[in-house]
Amino acid sequence: MAGLHKSEFKNPVVNWIDTRMPVFTMMNKEYAVFPTPKNFNYFWNFGALATVTLMVMIATGIFLAMNYTPDSTMAFDSVERIMRDVNYGWLLRYAHANGASMFFIVVYIHIFRGLYYGSYKTPRELLWMIGVVILLLMMATAFMGYVLPWGQMSFWGATVITNLFSAFPLVGNAIVTWLWGGFAVGDPTLHRFFSLHYLLPFVLVGVVFFHVIALHITGSNNPLGIDVKSPQDTLPFHPYYTIKDSVGLCVFFMVWALFVFFAPNFFGDPDNYIPANPLQTPSEIVPEWYFLPYYAILRSVPNKLGGVCMMFGSILVLFVLPWLDTSPVRSAKFRPIYRGLFWVHVLACIALGFVGAHRPEGLWVVLGRVATTYYFLHFLVLLPIIGKLERPLPLPESISRPVVPRGGGPLPGGATAKPMEKP
Amino acid sequence: MRAAAAPLAAALFAAPLAVLLAAAPARAQEQEKLPHPGWSFDGPFGTFDRAAAQRGFQVYLEVCANCHSLKEAYYRNLDGIGLSEAQIKAIAASVSVPTIGDDGQPAERPALPSDHFRSPYPNEKAARAALNGALPPDLSVIVKAREGGPDYVYGVLTGYADPPAGMKMGDGMNYNKAFPGHQIAMPQPLHDDQVTYADGTKATIDQEAHDVVTFLTYIANPEMETRKRTGVKIMIFLALLTGVTYAVKRKVWSDVH
Ligand code: HEC
Ligand code: HEM
Repeated sequence: MAGLHKSEFKNPVVNWIDTRMPVFTMMNKEYAVFPTPKNFNYFWNFGALATVTLMVMIATGIFLAMNYTPDSTMAFDSVERIMRDVNYGWLLRYAHANGASMFFIVVYIHIFRGLYYGSYKTPRELLWMIGVVILLLMMATAFMGYVLPWGQMSFWGATVITNLFSAFPLVGNAIVTWLWGGFAVGDPTLHRFFSLHYLLPFVLVGVVFFHVIALHITGSNNPLGIDVKSPQDTLPFHPYYTIKDSVGLCVFFMVWALFVFFAPNFFGDPDNYIPANPLQTPSEIVPEWYFLPYYAILRSVPNKLGGVCMMFGSILVLFVLPWLDTSPVRSAKFRPIYRGLFWVHVLACIALGFVGAHRPEGLWVVLGRVATTYYFLHFLVLLPIIGKLERPLPLPESISRPVVPRGGGPLPGGATAKPMEKP
Repeated sequence: MRAAAAPLAAALFAAPLAVLLAAAPARAQEQEKLPHPGWSFDGPFGTFDRAAAQRGFQVYLEVCANCHSLKEAYYRNLDGIGLSEAQIKAIAASVSVPTIGDDGQPAERPALPSDHFRSPYPNEKAARAALNGALPPDLSVIVKAREGGPDYVYGVLTGYADPPAGMKMGDGMNYNKAFPGHQIAMPQPLHDDQVTYADGTKATIDQEAHDVVTFLTYIANPEMETRKRTGVKIMIFLALLTGVTYAVKRKVWSDVH
């Protein structure tokens, strides 16, 4: 039978509510006393930063939507009206447009943090996979948002990306027509992209919620990558990590503000201040910087369908990463070979970013192909093999005694292959 | 493998990338380098030189407005370059804009400060018909819509010259150093003493170009001064907040070993 919750809150109102709906108990358990490894470095700020960014994006987005018109004849002018006539409209729009870039910077650092410290490994596979879903949803949201101001890059970017689906045999063209709501990117496309751009961030909120639920079941990983062994290894989330996250948040807001107030169009393409013109193709169609590596992979494959598959594959491969990496040791700190490969992989991703920004000519093509090959080689071949060949360094006994005990310490393999013990 | 392999593999990407990126500016240099005359609005504390912007408005009105619209801007925006309410009212009233008369027929009325700048042509077709098929772009956000921004627009306005020997120019096209492809349909708009400045400033091509670009940059970013001022305050506030938060963090963590 359902029963009332026995609340321990002293405040009578809080207690009354908590007895009937124990949200206060839940918040206290999950965010206040929640035991968290005590050895986080500042890379563990980025999850909190991403959450805050999502909230700011939704807040600024809702106010933008109050003044924006998703009609192909009016969209461009309505954005200009936001910039000129709406009180603090320029702030809303610049915060939102730069916020998208900030969001990706934060999430990419968050992801590479996970790659370095092995946060995708058992028991956090599902947590990791939900994270990949978040990345995909973010990409869809940002892509459709970029179409809304209806400048030249909005229009032609939308045309190029939606056209990718025509690569699929038989149904390709039908899919593209269906996406467009017509025979070219046009008014129906803009309307539906606006609708979806408003919807998807709220789907994201839901998925982020699941991400956090999964996190609070497994507990956080940490820079040593070893399991929490005793309460000495942990600290309550509040006040230790609430204050540490606040420090990161302040610094992050400073970076964001620097762009919003002093270089608001730094990440933007000047072509997007030219109203969309279906009759005039820009000399170069370049996606936003956060899509450049995928664009490079797409263009590195000589076959269109192959390129599309590789492009999507570059993200889908992350779903199976927990099973591709065969090493039981999580943190790269104790994996000499993986640590090197990690940085090579980072470089390959950065190289892909630069390749995506340049016309596929000469050496850029070669570099693009080599980096694309390495990207997949890293996940599909190197990680499975290295896990077996590599001899990890001895792991420390516990987080609170981060020194390797004399005489070698526990065998690395055995230590982490065990299911995680709950503190 | 081991220690040596990873740096080696890293060099695999880093080296060609460095070479390619080093080569990129060399390629850009083939194009004419843009002039950078130095702007009052440069930098985090930059503001619009009011006198230059007002002279620039005069250049726009007397020269550019014959062909180019400025349709996102309102006459009331002129307060941002230091014109008084009375001046703005007078400027607007000297222009007539289309309206619907009491009899329901199309008519004209004097513009109000709340009106958009009047466009020289009613639509794209009229503009093309009058200008040999070429379309003068709207100038409301032109400095944001071109790589190089103000420097580029200044470069176009001052970049007219005789075509190099042997270059075949299209019909009605003019040689221009800054314009991509070097053939522009706009005839050279500025000449020495094209306008007569009331403040006695000598109206050289460079001066006129400098002034009109200052005006167009203001029109493209009417919020810029407020934005930068707010930004400075916000940065100071955030820096203090970061300091305080970090101090509290150190205090909270002081008992953790
Ligand atoms: C006689 C009509 C005419 C006048 C006067 C004129 N323009 Fe133009 N302008 C044009 C045309 C036509 C184009 C389109 C050129 C092309 O696309 O080749 C153009 C293009 C431009 C461009 C865009 C170049 C590019 O990168 O696409 C700028 C900037 C510009 N004009 C600024 C000005 C300014 C500032 C003035 C006033 C000082 C001015 N124009 C006066 C006709 C004119
Ligand atoms: C995941 C969060 C979000 C991301 C990554 C995102 C991304 C973007 C991007 C890249 C743009 C184009 C900005 C520009 O160049 O002008 C944009 C525009 C826009 N977004 Fe979002 N957005 C998000 C959330 C939202 C939400 C929740 C809403 C509405 C409730 C919204 C409403 C708008 C509107 C109206 C525009 C057009 C105005 C403009 O272009 O500035 N956004 N968004």
